Amino acid sequence: MSKDAEILDEFTSKEYEHGWTVDLEADEAPKGLNEDIIRFISAKKEEPEWLLEWRLKAFRHWQKMEEPSWAAIKYPKVNFQDIIYYSAPKKQKKLKSLDEVDPELRETFKKLGISLEEQKRLTGVAVDAVIDSVSVATTFKETLAELGIIFCSFSEAVQDHPNLVKKYLGSVVPQNDNYYAALNSAVFSDGSFCYIPKGVHCPMELSTYFRINAANTGQFERTLIVAEEGAYVSYLEGCTAPQRDENQLHAAVVEIYVHADAEVKYSTVQNWYPGDKNGKGGIYNFVTKRGICAGDHAKLSWTQVETGSAVTWKYPSCILKGDYSVGEFYSVAVTNNYQQADTGTKMIHLGKGSKSRIVSKGISAGFSQNSYRGLVQVHKRSENVRNFSQCDSLLLGDKCGAHTFPYIEVDNSTAQVEHEATTSKIGEDQIFYCNQRGIDTEAAVALIVNGYAKEVLNKLPMEFAVEAQKLLALTLEGSVG
Amino acid sequence: MLRIMLKIKDLKASVEGKEILKGISLEVKAGEVHAIMGPNGSGKSTLSSVLAGREEYTVDGGSVEFFGKDLLEFAPEERAREGLFMAFQYPVEIPGVSTTNFLKTAVNQVREHRGLPALDAVQFLQNMKDKMKIVDIDQSLLKRSLNEGFSGGEKKRNEIFQMAMLEPKLSILDETDSGLDIDALKIVANGVNTLKSPENATIVITHYQRLLDYIVPDFVHVLLNGKIVKSGTKELAYELEERGYDWIKAEFANA
Repeated sequence: MSKDAEILDEFTSKEYEHGWTVDLEADEAPKGLNEDIIRFISAKKEEPEWLLEWRLKAFRHWQKMEEPSWAAIKYPKVNFQDIIYYSAPKKQKKLKSLDEVDPELRETFKKLGISLEEQKRLTGVAVDAVIDSVSVATTFKETLAELGIIFCSFSEAVQDHPNLVKKYLGSVVPQNDNYYAALNSAVFSDGSFCYIPKGVHCPMELSTYFRINAANTGQFERTLIVAEEGAYVSYLEGCTAPQRDENQLHAAVVEIYVHADAEVKYSTVQNWYPGDKNGKGGIYNFVTKRGICAGDHAKLSWTQVETGSAVTWKYPSCILKGDYSVGEFYSVAVTNNYQQADTGTKMIHLGKGSKSRIVSKGISAGFSQNSYRGLVQVHKRSENVRNFSQCDSLLLGDKCGAHTFPYIEVDNSTAQVEHEATTSKIGEDQIFYCNQRGIDTEAAVALIVNGYAKEVLNKLPMEFAVEAQKLLALTLEGSVG
Repeated sequence: MLRIMLKIKDLKASVEGKEILKGISLEVKAGEVHAIMGPNGSGKSTLSSVLAGREEYTVDGGSVEFFGKDLLEFAPEERAREGLFMAFQYPVEIPGVSTTNFLKTAVNQVREHRGLPALDAVQFLQNMKDKMKIVDIDQSLLKRSLNEGFSGGEKKRNEIFQMAMLEPKLSILDETDSGLDIDALKIVANGVNTLKSPENATIVITHYQRLLDYIVPDFVHVLLNGKIVKSGTKELAYELEERGYDWIKAEFANA
């Protein structure tokens, strides 16, 4: 090494060593991303060494990766150094009941129409509320514990069930899977962990509400669901975010591991802030969701209602490894104003006799762009695979766009793959017919759209279906007439 | 003295620049049944569309009063809430929306307009069960997507069922008899007659006299080339049935 290089090397490592300090007492990490920030997050969460190493490995992958540009979406480049990667709400002592939750926080929930106690009392849903990346309240844990079901925040799982987390983390979505998954793996703050033991049928719908709270905080949730042999669980995820000006990045990862004869239903109602009427602000939602049907006769079903976000990039997928395993994807994606959505699924058929069903309903209004992107892949050795795909697009007005990108790759001649696609516009005749019965145009559109999306909405648990219907109507308000 | 419900004065209307209604005047009082007859292209369906408020039609002149209010000022849904109902010649299909759900939305929006509380599910279903008998409609049909895959007869019975549920003041039946066999025609007519009262009125638009055997009109008007050229009682309908429209056409060839 030459003298100059030596000096330079010393100088840079010095800078690296001292130029950047992180206050461990701080509730918030400074803006930006480097290995120290990752160490800070990991230390804050008192994580074991292996997890820190796991994060760092992901970060090193991420640094070498490029932001994907193949999706049919446009947005200004995200400055990843301008994001705060960790912030925690003021720490309080561990909570036993909802009464101990910060009254201000509960008020916010109420404004959002999410009343924890109501959920708890009326529906028997155990709610794990995530506010700004740290779980604040977890309910019904004891009832579930009696059955051996683990349902807790991801951080708690790391502390209490490290072996399970270590075994399954990254088993479906590897650290280097894609740009956003790698980022998430490096900096994920919290999320949910769910484990259903062998043969246990989870008696209640599990649900988590996510919400972005403090300004400038990127959200990097990590969800891991494991269903052992013969287990069953229905898991609900719902998102609402308050109005704000700055674009916010949301890059979550959901991993689901389904063993033989087990079934997991994962339902989402996503309503992140979509930006204002002119397309200003709104959430960027770059999510990786994937599950594996690892054993024979395993079943995984995704249902999603996407109404929010300025930009959505999301493809909940199923790896159908087990023989006779089943994958399902039911989706309603609504875009209005200047929203953009590129969403769909991947069905990877590896097991023989595996089946998949895709029902996608896109609704575009305003100046929005709505794309379905789906892959059905049948591998050489998987015999007698069946797939059925139905992709419908509904247009409101003539300034929006609907696009369908189906990819079908079949390497086995016994496969039966069907794809149907339709595009329609809401007819003036339909609206006039409703009007003539006394129904105003706004309500008519809500009625017609909900009818159009019914097949998907019917897959949602009851209380979610009602919420989703209201959401569809709300999203499309003012888009016709 | 009977109250004037609908007062059409010298109504002129066009579609895509083509003049179709060329000055129609008509008065309908509560309790009355009016039949409007005429050959194809005479403007019958345009008249019902203009009254219901279809956007594609432009009103070029004249006035329409409904209970003394300017009907043409109202949006289509406001006309409906004020008590105007049109049974469609071609009822529209709405996939995924059951007749029950559709009507619940409609009935409660109309009730809200009239200052009545919304019906809860139990009241609504009871009301539905009562009205189903009027047109002999099966509940299973009402659970299906609105008009989707319905036969011609089922669609028209569903129109009259909706009329029963919405309890309008003035009903316009736009060629309700088209495409119906005699049994379905009788059921539909019977429904309309059951719903008839001294407080409401009906305008039956038809090409043929056949329907008027079952829904007996107080007045018959002949529409020709955008104008009412002749008015009379039900005997006029018989005459038209026997002699066709040609003699009237000839009579008014120069009108």
